Amino acid sequence: MPKKTFKQALNEAHFHEMRRDPRVIVMGEDISGGIGASGEMDAWGGSEGVTKGLYTEFGEARVVDTPLSESAIIGAAVGAATTGLRPVADLMFADFLGVCFDQIFNQAAKFRYMFGGKAVTPVVIRAMIGAGFRTAAQHSQCLYPIFTHIPGLKVVIPSNPYDAKGLLIQAIRDDDPVIFLEHKLLYGVTGEVPDGPYAIPFGEAKVLRDGGDVTIVALALMVQVAMDAAELLSKRGIEATVIDPRTTSPLDLDTIVESVEETGHLVIVDESSPRCNIATDIAAQVADVAFHALKGPIKMVTPPHTPVPFSPALEDLYLPSAEKVAQAVEISLRSRRGAA
Amino acid sequence: MQLSREDLLLAYRRMRRIRDFEDRVHIEFAAGEMPGFVHLYAGEEASAVGVCMNLTDEDMISSTHRGHGHCLAKDTDVNGMMLELYGRKDGICGGKGGSMHIADLSKGMMGANGIVGGGPPLICGAALTAKTLGTGNVAVAFTGDGGSNQGTTFEAMNFAAVLKLPVIFVFENNGYAETTASHWSVACKDIVNRAQAFGMPGISVEGTDFFAVWDAAREAVARARAGGGPTLMEVKVPRFYGHFEGDAETYRAEGEVAALKRDHDCLKIFRRRVVEAGLLSDADLDLVDAEVGDEIEASVMLAKSSPMPGPEDLLTDVYVRY
Ligand SMILES: Cc1ncc(C[n+]2csc(CCOP(=O)(O)OP(=O)(O)O)c2C)c(N)n1
Repeated sequence: MPKKTFKQALNEAHFHEMRRDPRVIVMGEDISGGIGASGEMDAWGGSEGVTKGLYTEFGEARVVDTPLSESAIIGAAVGAATTGLRPVADLMFADFLGVCFDQIFNQAAKFRYMFGGKAVTPVVIRAMIGAGFRTAAQHSQCLYPIFTHIPGLKVVIPSNPYDAKGLLIQAIRDDDPVIFLEHKLLYGVTGEVPDGPYAIPFGEAKVLRDGGDVTIVALALMVQVAMDAAELLSKRGIEATVIDPRTTSPLDLDTIVESVEETGHLVIVDESSPRCNIATDIAAQVADVAFHALKGPIKMVTPPHTPVPFSPALEDLYLPSAEKVAQAVEISLRSRRGAA
Repeated sequence: MQLSREDLLLAYRRMRRIRDFEDRVHIEFAAGEMPGFVHLYAGEEASAVGVCMNLTDEDMISSTHRGHGHCLAKDTDVNGMMLELYGRKDGICGGKGGSMHIADLSKGMMGANGIVGGGPPLICGAALTAKTLGTGNVAVAFTGDGGSNQGTTFEAMNFAAVLKLPVIFVFENNGYAETTASHWSVACKDIVNRAQAFGMPGISVEGTDFFAVWDAAREAVARARAGGGPTLMEVKVPRFYGHFEGDAETYRAEGEVAALKRDHDCLKIFRRRVVEAGLLSDADLDLVDAEVGDEIEASVMLAKSSPMPGPEDLLTDVYVRY
C-alpha cells in the first residue's frame, strides 16, 4: 500500500466524495485561498492545505471561500445540509467553534430529534485540535468532550492517515452532523493509505496492540503516546492492549469493556482538560458496567486543569507523556484490589 | 491642541519602535529562535500610534492577533513584550500568553486576541465601566477588515450606539484577511459605509499619514469623552509581511510588497513631512533611530538570556487563588 501523510489522506477523501456526489461542497475561510487577491487562486487550500486543489477541479460553486464569519459559515452549512447539499465546513482551529456554538449545538444537533425524525443534517465540520504547537490558550484546545456531551452530534477524532481517510469519507456520507477533529501535530504523520475510497463505520474502536496486563485507551495524538508507553512497559515486563475509540460519539464501549475483562486494569490518556472529559466518561461507564472485572483503580492521564500555556517550557510539561502513562499503569498494577 | 515638538518626537519614537521590533522579530522567527504563531504589524504603525497618542493609560484598547503595534503604541514595556514572545518567565504575561495574547492592563491594553472579533464586545464593556463610573475614559477596539465581518463586531457596534458608549471602532484595512481580499469579502466595499447603518459617524483615513489618523482620532475621542457616543474609523494601511510569519504569500502579486514599502511607508512619509515643515531635523530623527535600535537589540539579548518558567508556574493563574 502506498504511504501518505495524514493531510494527503484527508485531501484524497475530499476528492473521492466530491467526484462521487455533486451535492458535496466545501466551505470556509481561505478554503481555496487568495480570492479577490492579485496573486494565485487556490493559494492555500485551507489553513493546512487539506483542501488544496479542490478549487481547480470543482470551481467556486462547490469550493466556497467565505468572509470571516463563523456563525454564518456554520449556520449556512447546516441550513444547506437540511435542504439538499452535503457541506463540509472548515473551521480552522476548533477554538473558533466558540463563535458559532449556537448553530452547532442548538440548531444542527437538534433538528432530527425536534422535527420528529423528518430532517437530516448531513454536515461535516472539520477543525484542528491539540497542543504542542506553541499556539497558546486560544488555538490549542482539545474540545471533543464538549461536542460528545451533546446528543445529535457525531464526534470523530482520527489518530492516523488510514483512519483519517476512511472516517472522513464516512463523515461525508453520514446523514448526521459530524464534528471531525484533526490534531495539528498529526498532519505530517505518514502511514499506509489505499488509493481508492473506503469508509470506516463510526462506533468501532481499533485495537492497535494486544497485551494481557493492562488496557490503555487513547485518542488522536495520544494514541502515539500510549503506544510509546506500551513499548516502555514491555521492556519492564508489562504487556498492554492499546485501544483507539476513533469516535467518541458513538463510543464503542464494548471493545473497551471486553479488553478490561481480560486485563483487569484500565488507563485512559486524554489530551482534553481533566474535568468532564472523555477519560472521566469512559472511566465512569466502565466502572458502571464492569466493576467486577477491575483489579486495580482506573487511572486517567491528562493535562492539568489549566488553559494551554504558551511557553515551550510549560507546554511540554502540560502534555501527557509516555513516561506519565507508564507510571499510571504501574500504579494501577501495584494497587491491586484485595492485595495486602 | 497642536502636536508639540515633544509629541512629534514621541510619535516618531513609538512608530520606529514598532517597526524595529517587528523587523527584528521577523529575523529572529525565521532563524528558528522564536516559538509559536507570530503576526507582524509593520507598515501599519501610523494607525496605532496616531490613535493612541490621543489616549491616556486609563483609556482602554482591545487589539487583534496582530497586536505588537497596539501594545507599543500604548507604551507597553518592550522588554516585557520581547520576553513574552520568547516564552520567558519574566515576560509581560509570564510566558503564558505569547505573541497572540500580550496584554498590559496598567497601560490600558486589554490584550491581543487569538479570536477574530473577540475584541469589539469586550471593549463595549470597558466603555460601559467608564460610563457607569463616570470616569470620562474612552475605549478603542482595533479590528481588521476581516474582523469587520464578524457577527460579534456587528453586535458590538449596535450595542455601543444604542447605549451611547464612549467607543471608537477602528478598522485597520490592510486589504487582506489572511489570503482573502477585503474588497471581495466586505460587501459594501468600504467598511466606513457601515457606520451609517448603526447611526454613528464614520470616517475613512489614509493610514500611512500619521497626521490624518491623529486628527480623526482626536475628534472621535473628544466626541466620546463628551458623551457623544461611538465613532467608526476605517484606516487604510499596508501590510509589509505575510499574514503570519512563515506565510509564503502566494496570494499576493509579484512586487506588491516592494511597491508598498517604497511608496506607502508611514515612517518615511512622517519624516519627509516634519523635516520639510521644519518641525524636526533629520538629525533629531536619526538620534531616535539609533536609540530605538539599541533598545530593541538589548531586549533581544535580555530575552535570550532570561530563564524559562518552571513546573511551579504551570498551575498558577487559573483562578484568583489556586
Ligand atoms: C474567530 C476566528 N476565526 C478565524 C481566525 C483565523 N484568523 C486569524 S487572523 C485572520 C484574518 C484576520 O483578518 P483581519 O481581521 O483583516 O486582520 P489582519 O490579519 O488583516 O490584520 C483569520 C481568519 C481566528 N483567529 N479567529
